[in-house]
Amino acid sequence: MDLGWLSGLAYGDTGWGDELLQGALLTLAISGCSYLLGIVLGLIGATAKSSRSRTAKILAWFYTTIVRAVPELLLILLIYYTSTSALRQVIVGLGIARDFEVNGFVAACLSLGFVQGAYCTEVFRGAIAAVSRGQREAAAALGLSRQHAWWLVIFPQMLQRALPGLGNLWLVVLKESALISVVGFSELLFTAKMAGGASHNYLFFFLTVAIAYLALSVVSSRLFDRIEGHVGRHERAHG
Amino acid sequence: MDSDFVALLAEKLFEGLKTTLLLMAVCGVLGNLLAVPIAFARISSCAALRKPAYIFILVLRGTPVLVQLYLFYYGLGEILSRTPALRHSVLWPYLRSAFGYAALALTLNTAAYCAEIWRGALDGLPKGQVEAAKSLGMRPWQFRLLVVLPQAFRNALPALSGQNVLLLKATSLASTITIFEVMGAANLVRSQTFRVYESLFGAALVYVALTVAITGMFSIVERWVNRPYRH
Repeated sequence: MDLGWLSGLAYGDTGWGDELLQGALLTLAISGCSYLLGIVLGLIGATAKSSRSRTAKILAWFYTTIVRAVPELLLILLIYYTSTSALRQVIVGLGIARDFEVNGFVAACLSLGFVQGAYCTEVFRGAIAAVSRGQREAAAALGLSRQHAWWLVIFPQMLQRALPGLGNLWLVVLKESALISVVGFSELLFTAKMAGGASHNYLFFFLTVAIAYLALSVVSSRLFDRIEGHVGRHERAHG
Repeated sequence: MDSDFVALLAEKLFEGLKTTLLLMAVCGVLGNLLAVPIAFARISSCAALRKPAYIFILVLRGTPVLVQLYLFYYGLGEILSRTPALRHSVLWPYLRSAFGYAALALTLNTAAYCAEIWRGALDGLPKGQVEAAKSLGMRPWQFRLLVVLPQAFRNALPALSGQNVLLLKATSLASTITIFEVMGAANLVRSQTFRVYESLFGAALVYVALTVAITGMFSIVERWVNRPYRH
């Protein structure tokens, strides 16, 4: 049976179906890991920005300002190259292993996660600021310590206010993961470029991955809408 | 750091800067202008206008810029090169240049993101203005041009500033389709001299300076449009 162009998506040796599927899974894995790393960095960054320490504030300001002013592609190249060689030097230097190779996946997640962290810092900082002052005062009036007030009162409310921003950031990291193709990591876009080059049919394969990214974006934004609706259900019930 | 290397890096970055500025100017102007009619189409009561605008915005915001860039450069380029009428025409040298494809992709991308910003700004306007304008006897187009647009512009400005910084950063992707802009210049020096950090740091400095310039220009405009409201 001849399917024309679509035969390019066949599974197995004749088409690129299995390679593209593997690329899509790698894209999801890289995006997921970078997203989690970004959230951790974002929490650290936002805590630093709302802390009393001047040094922490300045460091966090520097981090978010630089990352938002420099192209992601440049940062990714910079971190991709430095993280591989720097981590190797540290590990070999400390005598943990005689030779060490940072794999592309880890380097990709480190670089994308670093960029995500800066955007996440801003989302969390805004969410912290949106928790009303009265909440802190009420917590203090109840005799909660600063630590307890943060974990029991501020943090849960902050998380809820951060949800829309966090949903957006997932869509951003999903699309930004395509930049990893530039360093030759075989995620979805890189695989499509290989397939397009081999079959002399770029248009078909790029359209295919465009549709794949679009489907992933639409499905994930639906999912985040649901989570937001679920988390916000109490507030709606009480009007 | 030796002075030969610094001179080489500065020279290449300056060459690249010209292309970055040109690309930024073309896409910035066209993309921002195109965004306004798309936003009006998006909120139009006529489905024939609203639906295409909705799909345009969804597709361009839902796929990576790099994919859009490749689709135009490799995909569209492939189709055009297979069309003999174009291949042998006087236009071919222009149709073959990567710059046009990059400008097209980044313009459409910026238009989609900015249209969404404008839509939010238009939605945020108080509804009573429609009635006020009608009672003054304004025609619908007069109302849109004289009442809605200036107010929405003021609401949209902060977000538009951010979007134009994102456009600047997106121009660096043009280096992946052979365009020699700032990022491309840094990559060239990097591969010629094997000095990864210095080359990339040099380019980063250029981008930071350009970002500061763009946000500075927008904050001047912001102050200017807000001046009747300052006390």
